[in-house]
Amino acid sequence: MKTGTIRKIILFAFFSVLCLLILVPFYAVTIASFKPGEDLIRYGLNLRFNLSAMSFDNFVFLFTGEHAYFTWFFNSLLLTVVQVVVTLLVSATVAYGFSAYEFRGKTLLFICVLLIMMVPFEILLLPLYTLTFNMGLMNSYSAIILPGVASAATIFFFRQYLRGIPKEMIAAGRVDGANEYAIYVRLILPVMKPSFAAMAILNGMNSWNNFLWPFMVLSNENKYTLPIGLKTLLTPYGNNYDLLIVGSFFSILPILALFLGFQKYFIDGMTAGAVKG
Amino acid sequence: MIKNFLYSQKVAPYVFVLPFVLVFIIFWIYPLLSSFGMSFQKVTLGQEAHFIGADNYTKLMGDTIFFKAVRNSAVYMLLTLVILIPFPMLFAVLINNKAMWAREFFKSAFFFPALTSVVVAGTIFRLMFGEMEGSLINSILGVFGVEPVKFLKGQTTGFIALVALATWRWMGVNMLYFLSGLKNIPDDYYEAASIDGASAFQRFTRITVPLLKPTTIYVLTISIYAGLAMFIESMMLWNGNNSPKNIGLTIVGYLYRQGIEKNNLGYAAAVGIVLLLITMVINLTQLAFSGMFKKEED
Repeated sequence: MKTGTIRKIILFAFFSVLCLLILVPFYAVTIASFKPGEDLIRYGLNLRFNLSAMSFDNFVFLFTGEHAYFTWFFNSLLLTVVQVVVTLLVSATVAYGFSAYEFRGKTLLFICVLLIMMVPFEILLLPLYTLTFNMGLMNSYSAIILPGVASAATIFFFRQYLRGIPKEMIAAGRVDGANEYAIYVRLILPVMKPSFAAMAILNGMNSWNNFLWPFMVLSNENKYTLPIGLKTLLTPYGNNYDLLIVGSFFSILPILALFLGFQKYFIDGMTAGAVKG
Repeated sequence: MIKNFLYSQKVAPYVFVLPFVLVFIIFWIYPLLSSFGMSFQKVTLGQEAHFIGADNYTKLMGDTIFFKAVRNSAVYMLLTLVILIPFPMLFAVLINNKAMWAREFFKSAFFFPALTSVVVAGTIFRLMFGEMEGSLINSILGVFGVEPVKFLKGQTTGFIALVALATWRWMGVNMLYFLSGLKNIPDDYYEAASIDGASAFQRFTRITVPLLKPTTIYVLTISIYAGLAMFIESMMLWNGNNSPKNIGLTIVGYLYRQGIEKNNLGYAAAVGIVLLLITMVINLTQLAFSGMFKKEED
């Protein structure tokens, strides 16, 4: 009994320290968002809590100032929503094709899905860049959405999920005279709903935070997403810390709120690949 | 007629997987082949490309900056492997302990960093590792009487910042992977081992570690990939792709510099092909060693 309590205390103390270390950067950015930008230039990011130097000025500037922050914010939001809806629908359809039928070339095609997961996307950046340029898709959101529309990880996850759905459902649909597509839309899609949440979160998080490819494609400031916009506040000629820090802080809030509300789905989505890999 | 054809059970599966086939051909196969082709050409955006044989590759083999980038990426990958596999595994086992208080709270708190974008996280770390006396890390070092360090100006200290960033963002995620792996180990194994008098350490090394192997292989595979392909972290810490003496330059960073910044697409494509080869060789070796292929034949 006694040793059990001691062990509990040691474990708890250990993880509390670790937890504090992990939360330090969040704390630092939170208090920094209440400090003037010059403070950051002079002292960097630190833990100094000095009420007299702190104010809501940055937040006032964020909400009323002359800048494109909320244009970027809503661009990111729009792009994330469209990308998640399109990617999920397309990937679910493809996964259904793989799981409900036996057809010629199935194995080969599925190996291609796995191959996508193994090739670093980064090596395709340049050919994709020239392809986008030649197709006249520079500066468009389609160039960002299209290459990821059939997401390998998402297809893989849905296929895994569909294995648990009895084949009799499909057979019963056929007996009732429904065609192949009606079976998918009316019978299968509804039962797939629970699996959509985890994948919506995973894809949404990736899309909200996606940087490199959108950064290469988008050059018009009015089309920037939030990460790109924030990045442009750092320039070789001086950094706009007032907006950068408060903007960074504010960009974490929506995703944090989502996380606290739908934790289970975040965890399911993130660990989907590892469970039965 | 066409309707009957499309609605038949033979054709329907192809209609379902068609989007994947199209995406795969247009956005993977075509770019991959064109990347391969480009690596044997001199390509400038908006101009006619022309064939130059293996020139790009021979030039690459004598390019000291390229080797610097390969070295940086390899060191970064190794450091993330050494830190981000054993520690999250150990933490997962500890937090999974029945005696643990507030387990769910810790699990979510450790996951928070993964929610931030590299841009935001990179900015925060860049400022925390700032060279001023008052910046977070230096002010802590100051307490111990250490002079302010110019972290992002030195090779070793720069890498400390880079690896700290990776550790902060991925520790919690990897821990979750191991936690989901632990769920698949039946409690009976531990009970039986306890009855046989196995110590906690023995139970960890003889039961937990071997049975977590599939999870470990998964984490290893994605970490090798992520480590070798790292770029934006470095871009954010050094506020651009030009770190002093290229201390933060990575393979993808070099590909980006040659391809986008210098419009030298053929040469950059060769960098990409070499990266592909390195990733494939390391991952296939790793999978062969860990017996993944043998298992699938059974």
